[in-house]
Amino acid sequence: MDLNLFFSQLLNGLSSGAIYASLALAIVLIFRTTGILNFAQGEMALFSTYVTWWLADQGLSIGLAIAISVAVSFVGGAVIERVVIRPFEKASPLVIVIATLGLFLALNSLTQVVFGTDAKQLGSAFPDTVWDVWGLRIEAQTIGILVVLGLECVALWVLFQRTRIGLALRAVADNPEASRLLGVRVGTMLMFGWGLSAALGSLAGAMVVPTTQALTASSLQSVLVFAFAAAALGGFDSPLGAVVAGLIVGIARALTIQYIEPLNNIELVVPFAIILVVLLVKPAGLFGSTQVERV
Amino acid sequence: MSLLEVVDLSAAYGPIQVLHGISLTVDAGEVVVVLGANGAGKTTALRAISGLVAAKGELRFDGVSILGRHPESIAHRGVSHVPQGRGTLAGLTVDENMRLGAYSRRDREGIAADLAEWYDTFPPLAKRRSQTAGTMSGGEQQMLAVARSLMSRPRLLLLDEPSLGLAPLVTKQLFETLATVNRERGIAMLLVEQNAALALELAARGYVLEAGEIVASGTAENLSRDGEIRKAYLGR
Ligand SMILES: Nc1ncnc2c1ncn2[C@@H]1O[C@H](COP(=O)(O)OP(=O)(O)OP(=O)(O)O)[C@@H](O)[C@H]1O
Ligand SMILES: [Mg+2]
Repeated sequence: MDLNLFFSQLLNGLSSGAIYASLALAIVLIFRTTGILNFAQGEMALFSTYVTWWLADQGLSIGLAIAISVAVSFVGGAVIERVVIRPFEKASPLVIVIATLGLFLALNSLTQVVFGTDAKQLGSAFPDTVWDVWGLRIEAQTIGILVVLGLECVALWVLFQRTRIGLALRAVADNPEASRLLGVRVGTMLMFGWGLSAALGSLAGAMVVPTTQALTASSLQSVLVFAFAAAALGGFDSPLGAVVAGLIVGIARALTIQYIEPLNNIELVVPFAIILVVLLVKPAGLFGSTQVERV
Repeated sequence: MSLLEVVDLSAAYGPIQVLHGISLTVDAGEVVVVLGANGAGKTTALRAISGLVAAKGELRFDGVSILGRHPESIAHRGVSHVPQGRGTLAGLTVDENMRLGAYSRRDREGIAADLAEWYDTFPPLAKRRSQTAGTMSGGEQQMLAVARSLMSRPRLLLLDEPSLGLAPLVTKQLFETLATVNRERGIAMLLVEQNAALALELAARGYVLEAGEIVASGTAENLSRDGEIRKAYLGR
């Protein structure tokens, strides 16, 4: 076996895995705070990525464009919670799933209407430097994506474990009614959670597009599927699970494409297989929890 | 003017009317008990007061109408509701639960002082600060629910069956603590209880709720002497 090829595929897998992890984190964040699986997460990120592209197209540096897009996405996510999701607050889970699917379609169409249907080019935030380490090509791009994921994790940890608003977010996720009785503004927290999630999605989108060819209205759909597989594998309520499983899924994908010839071009089989197996064998996922609670 | 004024309050779950126009008051610093059989509407009454259930009628706290306000904003005004079933934030630690009790406050030093004081009052909680709250025993969780409410420095405490599931001795201790808190801090309490004997000892006045209506009221002393109430709630 060609070890060099193996390791370079491993690196490929890690970098796409880090992006799945980012989006999986966004999915987990919303699931934890609201119990909703947001199928529109990818299309929210798609819209954000077009915003990034548009800002860069206006002549802003790519870094600044991403920063502004992240902020805009935060506000957009919060507005979506308030306007699209909140009215279904008391509806059944099925209705809410349909609402997020509606949001998926609406955002996809909106993106095409606003930005047009032609493919866009989005530059990378990272230099195209390549290092040669013992014959292995390591791209700055790959390292950059992993560093961004690391920073996201640290930021989320600090937010949830060290701040008042993070504590309130966890309280709402745990028991919304009891939280309200303590004076926690549940609605505001839900908006905050959706905003945060959209901001993460925006980052994921800005990282994924330069690694593929171009930005089109379907750019983030397969990413969403892989991210969902990661969230299922890690456990929908576990941020740590999302990160670890995101990387696992990325590596699994890269290696199957390389080594299992028949799966070439139909690599979407991989996430579906992962989702199915997890649901059958360990529905809570690798790191997911069934709440420990005594009555 | 009473601290809490409830006038002709009605509440329903969908088409089912549960409260049929109840009226009651709680004065500042006063302990008032509501007695009633299972399903009488006691919990619903407290939930209507704290804004968790939509209600019709008049509802004033400190002279200001709080009818139709969000539970969050009613909590911020100084009404703290210890719900039936305790409302433990099960996945958070005891310490995190306690700190969330003070969520509506901003005075860091005051919060730290209160935290120390309530841990002092409830030693089992102090020992379990970093334990996940949901893994504590029912009695410990009940203590936590009360202590957490006190962290908000409420002016009115709504207590929904705090003795539920507690051993008699623990219940007695809890009621002694409530009496002390009431005496020393002047916190008013509206208490719903099945344990009528203990509740009537703690309270100055009481109401009897039956099928969503107030059927009797009076001083705790008079209620304890009432023959029918003795039979129905005191078992003698
Ligand atoms: N969410 C709900 N939906 C429909 N009906 C409800 C709901 N909650 C309570 N009820 C009904 O309202 C009535 C009063 O309930 P409530 O919980 O207020 O009684 P309670 O006096 O607190 O009883 P207990 O002593 O058993 O706690 C009961 O008949 C109950 O079945
Ligand atoms: Mg009740």
